[in-house]
Amino acid sequence: MTPVLEARSLALDINGSLLVNGIDLCIQAGEMIAIVGPNGAGKSTLLRLLSGDLKPTRGSIVLKKRALASYSPRELANHRATLSQNVSVAFPFTVEEIVQMGAGDIGAAAARPLVEAALREVAVAHLRHRKLPTLSGGEQQRAHFARVLVQLARGEAMHGAGLLLLDEPTSSLDLRHQIELVEIAGRRARNGTAVVAVLHDLNLAVRFASRIVVVRSGAVAADDTPVRTITDALLRDVFEVDAKIQHHSDGSPVLLPQQMQPLSDRQAQNAR
Amino acid sequence: MTIMAAEPSRLSLRSSRAMIRPAATLIIAVLLVALTGTVILTITVGAAGIPVARLPAALGFWRESVPDALLQRDQLVLWSIRIPRIAAAGIVGGLLAVSGAIMQGLFRNPLADPALVGVSSGGAFAAAAAIVFIDSRFGASVQFMQDELLPLAAFAGSLFTTIMLYVIASRAGRTSIAIFLLAGLAIAAIANAGLGVLVFVADDRQLRDITFWMLGSFSGATWSKTATAAPVLAIGMLACLWVARGLDLLVLGESEAFHSGINVEKLKRVSIVLISALTGVAVSICGVVGFIGIVVPHLLRLVIGPSHRLLLPASAILGAILVVGADSLARTIVAPAEMPIGILTAAIGAPFFLAILLRQRGLVGL
Repeated sequence: MTPVLEARSLALDINGSLLVNGIDLCIQAGEMIAIVGPNGAGKSTLLRLLSGDLKPTRGSIVLKKRALASYSPRELANHRATLSQNVSVAFPFTVEEIVQMGAGDIGAAAARPLVEAALREVAVAHLRHRKLPTLSGGEQQRAHFARVLVQLARGEAMHGAGLLLLDEPTSSLDLRHQIELVEIAGRRARNGTAVVAVLHDLNLAVRFASRIVVVRSGAVAADDTPVRTITDALLRDVFEVDAKIQHHSDGSPVLLPQQMQPLSDRQAQNAR
Repeated sequence: MTIMAAEPSRLSLRSSRAMIRPAATLIIAVLLVALTGTVILTITVGAAGIPVARLPAALGFWRESVPDALLQRDQLVLWSIRIPRIAAAGIVGGLLAVSGAIMQGLFRNPLADPALVGVSSGGAFAAAAAIVFIDSRFGASVQFMQDELLPLAAFAGSLFTTIMLYVIASRAGRTSIAIFLLAGLAIAAIANAGLGVLVFVADDRQLRDITFWMLGSFSGATWSKTATAAPVLAIGMLACLWVARGLDLLVLGESEAFHSGINVEKLKRVSIVLISALTGVAVSICGVVGFIGIVVPHLLRLVIGPSHRLLLPASAILGAILVVGADSLARTIVAPAEMPIGILTAAIGAPFFLAILLRQRGLVGL
């Protein structure tokens, strides 16, 4: 099966510092991939490369059999939707207007059902006439998620299953909305959308993903199923914590903060 | 990082109640009726008043109702002085309000105004420099195309200042409001210093012209100047149809606009040229008239919301209403003398600007 997106030996050099260094990544339709890693590892940078927002210094990215660089911004928006971190809005748009922006130029009537579905699915329908800057961080994040879902739905209606990129989509969400977001993303994956999310919470990543990609210092340190990726050794080597991972009755790894210790500086040195 | 455009304080936007916008067609219809009313009203007032009763005759209907001598005087006043002036004021109002609205969208900053941040001054300096040059020995050869040269010079001056502002105030896809306003202040000061130098070297007649650029006035409005400006407004409004959706998405940030399918670099280039062309042509007609570009879009956003697809055309109409109204005030308030309209708009607009600044203090991070 041809992958939705395939990246080969990606590298990004910004002013002499190598933020991404030789990453290979192959994303199939219907996969749910979590990108995890310590602060500054290059997770968001990798996502921005995959979205076309940043151009790689070396390497190639192919989206649906075509070089990513050959897409115009408009075409690209039909094949992949991206939720960025910390989107902020300088003018008082209402939630409904923001979500409608995801529909592009298909016209208000055609956009209506997509907008309504997204407002309901993300549970912001009751906020539709509120101005975005007056809402809490989590409510704003959900409104933007609804906008991105509308963009994805519009693109998939025209070109079939697409790519959904989420950069820390749960950073401002409470527990309930974190789970809901994961489930919404899961429904998209079951319909064939390839979902890639940068996540901080490893437990959420385990629940979310069919595959976890661990990034350290701009390179892939591990890329496998959650059970095989999240191990004591990984936590020690990549996250520099001493941990004993528990296992849930279904076999999935469970991380309890109570059972973790940061490595001492010397241990961390050795681990590297 | 606290002064980034993208951090509206939640406290500064007081109302958290639901917002339901009126229909677009209703808004445009109401504004057009208001514009018609303003034009009819302002046609009748001025140093030589034409009562409403005599207006139809002067416009060419039911001539027999008015004595011939009076009719001729009315028609002269109307067709050679008042109507061209009202047309010029209306067009300039549209140009300034739309260019302000585009500038606020491009810089993601409700406090942007072409006059405030030196774009108008840059245009005025270039236009005044052109006057002095055309008058000099070297410029005699281009004197015949003065009417075209002045708007071009003003456009070039505005374009140069807008690009400079953009380069100074934005870094890595973000625009700092504080740096933008301060840099605009400095650029305005440089342009005004340039105007000062021109004042120093100019002769008496040039001096009058240059003062006109500095203070802003429609007393020099003619049919030919209006004819140069009208197509620019028309082309600008057509271009607005193209930039409106892009500017809406740009409000989310440059990355998000790109993710949503906008060619951001192209959008920015087109917006910068539009701002400069609209402001430059406005300046070439009436000099520096400030605050229209900030007052009009702000008032409209309160009623119709910030979406540029409605904001830009509505700004053009409300801008025309305000400037036509302000100009008729300027020519009657100290009649038979005339007050420069730039002074009037500054006197009304500056306190308005301060009020917005206070309300949105959190936005600027000051």
